[in-house]
Amino acid sequence: MLPRKHVLAALALTLFGTAAQAADEVVVYSSRIDELIKPVFDAYTKETGVKIKFITDKEAPLMQRIKAEGKNATADLLLTVDAGNLWQAEQMGILQPIKSDIIDKNIPAQYRASSHDWTGLSLRARTIAYSTDRVKPEELSTYEALADKNWEGRLCLRTAKKVYNQSLTATLIETHGEQKTEEIIKGWVNNLSTDVFSDDTALLQAINAGQCDVGIVNTYYYGRLHKENPKLAVKLFWPNQADRGVHVNLSGIGLTKYAPHPEAAKKLVEWMTGEHAQKIFAGVNQEFPANPAVAPSEEVAAWGTFKADTIPVEVAGKRQAEAIRLMDRAGWN
Amino acid sequence: MPAIDRNAVAIIPIEISLLAHPAQRRWYPLVFAIAALVLLPLSVLLLSWQAVDMQIWSHLLDTQMSRLLGNTLTLILGVGVGVSVLGVSLAWLTSLCEFPGRRWLDWALMLPFAIPAYVLAFVFVGLLDFAGPVQTLLREWFGPMRLPRVRSTGGVITVLVLVFYPYVYLLARNAFLAQGKGLMEAARVLGLSPLQAFWRVAMPMARPAIGAGVALALMETLADFGAVSVFNFDTFTTAIYKTWYGFFSLSSAAQLASLLLLAVMLVLYGERRARGAVRSSNERPRGKALYHLHGIKALAASSWCLLVFACAFVVPMLQLLVWFWQRGRFDLDERYAGLILHTLYLGGMAALITVCVALVLAFARRQAPTSGIRAGVGLANLGYALPGSVLAVSIMLAFSYLDNQVVVPLSSWLGGAGKPLLLGSLSALLLAYLVRFIAVAYGPLENSLGRIRPSLPEASRSLGVSGPRLFFKVYLPLLVPGALSAALLVFVDVLKEMPATLLMRPFGWDTLAVRVFEMTSEGEWSRASLPALTLVLVGLLPVIGLIRRSAQHPGQTR
Repeated sequence: MLPRKHVLAALALTLFGTAAQAADEVVVYSSRIDELIKPVFDAYTKETGVKIKFITDKEAPLMQRIKAEGKNATADLLLTVDAGNLWQAEQMGILQPIKSDIIDKNIPAQYRASSHDWTGLSLRARTIAYSTDRVKPEELSTYEALADKNWEGRLCLRTAKKVYNQSLTATLIETHGEQKTEEIIKGWVNNLSTDVFSDDTALLQAINAGQCDVGIVNTYYYGRLHKENPKLAVKLFWPNQADRGVHVNLSGIGLTKYAPHPEAAKKLVEWMTGEHAQKIFAGVNQEFPANPAVAPSEEVAAWGTFKADTIPVEVAGKRQAEAIRLMDRAGWN
Repeated sequence: MPAIDRNAVAIIPIEISLLAHPAQRRWYPLVFAIAALVLLPLSVLLLSWQAVDMQIWSHLLDTQMSRLLGNTLTLILGVGVGVSVLGVSLAWLTSLCEFPGRRWLDWALMLPFAIPAYVLAFVFVGLLDFAGPVQTLLREWFGPMRLPRVRSTGGVITVLVLVFYPYVYLLARNAFLAQGKGLMEAARVLGLSPLQAFWRVAMPMARPAIGAGVALALMETLADFGAVSVFNFDTFTTAIYKTWYGFFSLSSAAQLASLLLLAVMLVLYGERRARGAVRSSNERPRGKALYHLHGIKALAASSWCLLVFACAFVVPMLQLLVWFWQRGRFDLDERYAGLILHTLYLGGMAALITVCVALVLAFARRQAPTSGIRAGVGLANLGYALPGSVLAVSIMLAFSYLDNQVVVPLSSWLGGAGKPLLLGSLSALLLAYLVRFIAVAYGPLENSLGRIRPSLPEASRSLGVSGPRLFFKVYLPLLVPGALSAALLVFVDVLKEMPATLLMRPFGWDTLAVRVFEMTSEGEWSRASLPALTLVLVGLLPVIGLIRRSAQHPGQTR
């Protein structure tokens, strides 16, 4: 009866096979998708022999899972996009600080949590995209100016349910206060040429096809589309260069409070802020490396340099709920 | 219509008793254990009411709720009317009429069931929106023009009707087939016109089946998040997600979800009431068609069926193929073998488990129809009605609670590793599927069990066949068709399932739906064509099997 026992044991292991965890591995919960993280993790495994296990999902369910697992944690690291989400994770108390001189040296302070609970890994600007057929760059100046009457029926926006727009609005509130921001957002909504889009790619294609003339998008969506279609009649514009600069957000990582492998996880994060990893991590998605010593990819560098808003990205999280309420009031769906 | 009533009464299994007999009580532990499994996540929802975040609620009530409710009601109404019209008209044509193309349209019209709502939504928008190929071509030919908006209420209703009509089609078709043409002929002989015969005889008899189909379609509509988000059409369910993902208030989201659940329970109650005493009729094989359509009528019937088939299946598949050729094929690598295997394994295991559990419930309901059992069975069927993500997170919370409170202490006490076993394991994911899809399997099983007249097991008992032998020799052979359709429905639903798979899959257990999620979450619709196309193809096989079976044994599917 030995074989049957083996079969039973194997079955039990498949059905309840979570417990075994080797020492030289790191577990990551990621809201960045498989193809944007696997190349980096593969490179690390190749270099150090440390295995990395991960699952991908949206950030809110992942955070809830970390919170629910509590002291019996599976995940070492939470990798997510948008400072708003990272700030929420910090507030939920599911992260712990990483004390590391390497990280402090590699990543500028405004792209890290002041609590050291998380650090940014790559940057993306949420900037203005315009039709090269119907708009001259001289007509553009600031985010705020898109609320002017002359853009009526010419603006495209993505849904306000996306955290990127919530973060942008949050920084506007921080800069201008609530009342002025609401006027600006109402102006945007008034200028919409069509219903808001469910993603940035569709928005860029709408500008290209002539449905609208300007829009607000994350840089890497433009990068991807431009790579697929070099004849794209859309370009990026860097707004607010005379004042605070372009709104920049990030993709970042934090150590979970009850991480089973905190040391191994810390080493991975340190490595991820270094040159080799930064090149891959930002490169696969046409983002800007958060480590200023690392040059962006050629495609990204071709968009030109710009002045970035130096507002601490944590603001996006602090004012997220306020921003959503404001956008709801202004009718941005 | 005395003839109908007599027909119906004759086949109702008459096993009604009000008091629980000792033999009936044997079912209690089993049924209550299954109900408890569903009750676990539901209680997470109820517990959320402990604290109410007034700021979020007053904001929702002030600025959002009227629009959300309006949208949701419009959607429910539109989809309800749409699936009824499409489902019933197609079922009527293919089951009782004869016209060119009927033979293959009969099963082909079931194929859209394999296409997930979110896939049809992004194909529809990608194809028809301003920047899509159709409008671009029209602009090239005719210059700038104003066309109706695609991402609109009408658009989202159209898409949901096209993906959910098969529920009504399948059930109505089986009902019409089961009625047999003798009844229709009798109605005609008694002087009714074909139209009158349809409205006054066929429809009332098929009403329970149609109602059940519409109820399933509406439950899917209420819980849908993927398709409505592609259209950016705000419903009650999108508000639940926004409250969670934006305000990060899971408890407020759970409160909203429990209100949605309440609405669904009302719908289900209404459906049960409307179903009344008419249950199911005895089946007869499809003989010759009742109406041979000729000339313009035949042409109209063929074109109507073809039109629906083209919009719901052919065109979306062609668009997926085009995207696959342009973009998706470059992503094809050896990992797809793993994705397909995982998808098949999860679907197969979940179908097996769910059918077994649903069978227990159906038997309990038949053998011991006490109020306790009925309540337990009703409770166990509720999982289907919740938005997938809310159910997934409730199950996740329930499991991790069990892990932390029971499994870890117990395993430490026994000298084990003291590690959580449930969350992140395959069994937890399979349990989540079970909770979500019991209702899908229960319907067809209850139906085919109801067709077994009580006299049959009684006769067997009197001949000395009882216990397990009675089950295996008498019940099981008669239940096989119903169990198969139940299994296939669950299988296809698991393939399409996204939120629970995402949240609870073990490491490395990515499925095709996970890949679709990853691509669409980045707005890469054309690249999502590869996993979406594979998903549809994998799901097609059982759908074809399902419909072929029901063509051979009409009336036995559901």
